[in-house]
Amino acid sequence: MAAVASKYEEFKVLGVQVLSVSTDSRFIHKIWDEEELSKMVKGGIPFPMLSDAGGLVGKVYGVYDDEAGVDIRGRFLIDPDGIIQAMEVVTPPVGRNVSELIRQVKAFQHVRATGEATPSGWQPGKTTLTPGPDLVGKVWKVWKPEMAFE
Amino acid sequence: MAEPKDSCVKPARGPIGIPRTESVESGNPNILKEVIMTAKVGKPAPDFEVNAFIDGGFENISLSKFKGQWVVLCFYPGDFTFV
Repeated sequence: MAAVASKYEEFKVLGVQVLSVSTDSRFIHKIWDEEELSKMVKGGIPFPMLSDAGGLVGKVYGVYDDEAGVDIRGRFLIDPDGIIQAMEVVTPPVGRNVSELIRQVKAFQHVRATGEATPSGWQPGKTTLTPGPDLVGKVWKVWKPEMAFE
Repeated sequence: MAEPKDSCVKPARGPIGIPRTESVESGNPNILKEVIMTAKVGKPAPDFEVNAFIDGGFENISLSKFKGQWVVLCFYPGDFTFV
């Protein structure tokens, strides 16, 4: 969560509200923020820290681990209409990639604003695709797989 | 007498508008146990109301409060964990 917090300014510029959720109580969140996170991120966690009592919200989002009794790592990107546009759920030992999350935010915002589609590995300023009959079978003309890694 | 600002137990609604199956073991129809996963890409994010720690204080917040904004909802296994 500290990694997400450290990129908070970037999320703010993109107009994204971050919410963190675990099964810990709001009291635990306060002490974790005071005792540890504030020493990793200046000023501590800048977004609301939510308490998912009993993992009920986690169950609805498919991230609750019954055996461990906790919500595993999962993130959901929700658009201004309240629609889930992207989700990623991983088992505990591997942390998330905040840079990829930010890339996806930019891609979804671009798609929402323009109606274009973003090909694999798209970054702002790179080639987009305009789906339609004229593009069928012709993607190779405008986009090459190497472009996914530029 | 003024209401205390926060007490040990502060009920929040949890998932909102989600059908729950009744707990069979307890036999108590008031205890609803199983909640079914409904989150899917391209579908509305299930709403909920939970306790939260915000700006040094405590309040209950719901997801629907943030409608009109992009939201990143990040679940993680627990405070004081390592990744």
